[in-house]
Amino acid sequence: MISEIRQILKEHGRLATDATTLADDADLYQAGMTSHASVNVMLALEGHFDVEFPDAMLKRGVFASIASIREAIEMLTAGRTA
Amino acid sequence: MTAATPVKVAPPSAAPAANSIDAVRRIAKDIARPNAADVDQKARFPEETIAALKELKLMSALVPADLGGAALGFGEVATMCETLAAGCASSGMVFAMHQIQVACIARHGLSSPGLVKYLREVVEKQYLIASVTSEVGVGGEMRTSIAGVTREGGRYAVNKDATTVSYCEHADDLLLTARRAPEAPPSDQVLVLLKKGDYRVEKTGAWDTMGMRGTCSPSFKVFAQGPEDHVLPVPFADIASHTMVPVSHVLWASVWLGIASSAVSNARAFVRQQARAKPGTVPPTAVRLAEVSSLLQTMRTNVHDVVSEAEDLMTHGGTDALSSISFALKMNNLKVAASQLVVQIVNQTLLICGIMGYKNDSPYALGRHLRDAHSAALMVGNDRILATNASLLLVLKED
Repeated sequence: MISEIRQILKEHGRLATDATTLADDADLYQAGMTSHASVNVMLALEGHFDVEFPDAMLKRGVFASIASIREAIEMLTAGRTA
Repeated sequence: MTAATPVKVAPPSAAPAANSIDAVRRIAKDIARPNAADVDQKARFPEETIAALKELKLMSALVPADLGGAALGFGEVATMCETLAAGCASSGMVFAMHQIQVACIARHGLSSPGLVKYLREVVEKQYLIASVTSEVGVGGEMRTSIAGVTREGGRYAVNKDATTVSYCEHADDLLLTARRAPEAPPSDQVLVLLKKGDYRVEKTGAWDTMGMRGTCSPSFKVFAQGPEDHVLPVPFADIASHTMVPVSHVLWASVWLGIASSAVSNARAFVRQQARAKPGTVPPTAVRLAEVSSLLQTMRTNVHDVVSEAEDLMTHGGTDALSSISFALKMNNLKVAASQLVVQIVNQTLLICGIMGYKNDSPYALGRHLRDAHSAALMVGNDRILATNASLLLVLKED
């Protein structure tokens, strides 16, 4: 899942550094993600993982790092049968 | 009925606020309004009004009580902005912009001893703080900086080329946005307090504008260095979404409401005078007055409603509520709606007052109102705000 998230960040995060080499817990905002870019990341994640982020999860902290994004997606997909 | 009715005593905290609002009302009527035409004509700073507000210790209205401030609510400060702006929009806007700066420091700077000390000084000395968020080359995007802060040996240094710094030459201190470090990405910003003596400015342009002339907001180059603990300890992204943007939109909208109320009160006086000239007939302008009074009510209800919701969230809500998309949308919607309504309302009052509103030397003059009102859609352009909302709406789900 991490590599899929990295790919989405690479395509939509408009980061100043390469998303494929970024540490899982690196701060994406410090890596240059703007709030506008974070909206595109959310949309791409929703499309790719077929999830909907509820409003309560649409906050800065959830999209702050690759690890926090993974945590959120895992929460949304928990209980799904593969 | 002889039973004693319990006397309703206002809670102690409400009393000084009510007194200060009354005092601001007097300042608006006795100082701001009589000087408004001169401030506008000469594009000069409304110094007598700001001096009177300092005397009332209102520069520290939003400083917490344990630091000596009045700890007023945003709603009370919003009422003050509205009241002042009804007398002189530039005065109301200067007061509003100062309060926005204080709110950012008071809500996000308290973990820095240097900033706590500074807030105590604001209480004691009634400093006026100006904002340096604009910058040449970023195209008006507040969340982007080119200038970066360097830190060495407990000191910060930063230089910035700003496009507009309101009342810069009349302020004591400045609050400036910049990249966290020169090599940080443009959106990774911090907010820095530049104390008098820690900075110098070079004026690079003039301020000869259509309206809001008394805010005196030319372009400046700013050069600063000072103690590192004057860099606010939280990312500017959080300060912007939790405080600067909501407080700005709430207080600006209140200023615009003041402009609209003042224009409508000119129109009402004009229609009453027409009615008195011909008792028994309703002047044709009275229908337009009825129309504009309904518009004003719409605007007032919207502003007051969002002000009290924002105050509630900012006082009791957690950071989650403040960083939610629905809160950002609501604050942006208020800005867009109020900035459009104020122009619409002043336009209508001009149709009512006719030539008597058009003439600058008439008691019903509306030229200044109209010119001031047109600034509303431009200070953070509505198109930019609508574009932001458009992208927020892509991810917002209905409850």
